[in-house]
Amino acid sequence: MSEITPSQTVGPFFAYGLTPKGRCEWDPNGSYSWKNTVESNLVTPDVSGTRIHIEGTVRDGDGLPINDCMIEIWQADAQGRYASPGANRALPNTKFKGFGRSATDKQGVYAFDTIKPGSVAGPGGKPQAPHIVVCIFSRGMLRQIYTRLYFDDEPANASDPILNIVPADRRGTLIAHKQPGADHHYRFDIRVQGGDETVFFDI
Amino acid sequence: MSLIYPKASLDAYPKHLSPGYKSTIKRSPSKPLMIVPHTLSELTGPVYGHDAIQENDNDLTKQHKGEPLGERIVVHGHVLDEDKRPVPNALVELWQANACGRYVHIVDQHPAPLDPNFTGAGRTVTDANGYYKFITVKPGAYPWGNHHNAWRPNHIHFSVFGHSFLSRLVTQMYFPGDYLFPYDPIFNSVPDEKARARMISTFDLENTVPDWALAFRFDIVLRGREATPLDNDEH
Repeated sequence: MSEITPSQTVGPFFAYGLTPKGRCEWDPNGSYSWKNTVESNLVTPDVSGTRIHIEGTVRDGDGLPINDCMIEIWQADAQGRYASPGANRALPNTKFKGFGRSATDKQGVYAFDTIKPGSVAGPGGKPQAPHIVVCIFSRGMLRQIYTRLYFDDEPANASDPILNIVPADRRGTLIAHKQPGADHHYRFDIRVQGGDETVFFDI
Repeated sequence: MSLIYPKASLDAYPKHLSPGYKSTIKRSPSKPLMIVPHTLSELTGPVYGHDAIQENDNDLTKQHKGEPLGERIVVHGHVLDEDKRPVPNALVELWQANACGRYVHIVDQHPAPLDPNFTGAGRTVTDANGYYKFITVKPGAYPWGNHHNAWRPNHIHFSVFGHSFLSRLVTQMYFPGDYLFPYDPIFNSVPDEKARARMISTFDLENTVPDWALAFRFDIVLRGREATPLDNDEH
């Protein structure tokens, strides 16, 4: 019999506690007085790999931007290693944690600066295409929802064991698109509900 | 440590769509969530050490020049996994309204006074026994726009990290005996009465500090239980 503590919504007022210096523009002075524990810029001086920028808009069932949303991301380093004791691997790039948090701004836009992750092992040792685990919290969400971000310039997507479980006509919602004109900028919009709803995972 | 994350445990959670809480209507997925295996990407997660916090981050009464108004309280407990084993070095963050039921957040326009000596945000890291402790003031109840005469019960928001990204939990801690429980759609979005009770702190006379502060105990149980060798093979 499981006795976990139930989830409750993050509510509308998390910014001064969880993302005090984030993209939240809710403070008249530009930021609340506290330091961030978790940044939207994951890049550390010692990290190796291709630096990338990820940006997108989060929208609700009416297509309206969700301006009080918090996105968290978890990813491996460029060599495909997680900075976690559970990964049972030597820690890479000592300071690169691979974890980030971004509040959406008044236009519902979040953004991260990070490095492109490498391939990590999947079920049965089969390699997974480079991807980032994305977790979404918001007022109106009583529990977090998980999705994944893949990259449109990765041939490995075709054989990714998770992507291949997703019906082909919805797979596109998990793909970040490289933006023309900017180096290594990717767009990844999230639609919480509706016809073009992002694929979320029951995990 | 090798853990598994039984999905049956999630039955304790609210449904994504809980129409009594109106904001869920347009912010809940309408298509079935896809069942996929847990991979290394889900079974790992960030770990924060004591360098993530500073002195007085866990004492919300000492973050300004003066002391905040309100009823001073100690909120403490253990962060545990599903086997009731402690989760050490877990980052615990909280935020709350002040004693009058007002958040410092700019969007909160409830006509109750702000307290210049209270921000209402704290953070700490659990010790080797999974223990955490905050000192704060009891937050007030406040009205919200969900329905006519809607009021939130007194609560403190908690954000907790566990052994993996699947253990991640954002919840709310309530106070025992709150008369607003029957009317709150967020509290009642948790379908099972026993599960709801796990969000309610207990009054803790033993740790109440004489002549200084009442204590409330709030243990937090995260997803994850010990793996059997058979389960391990699936990873």
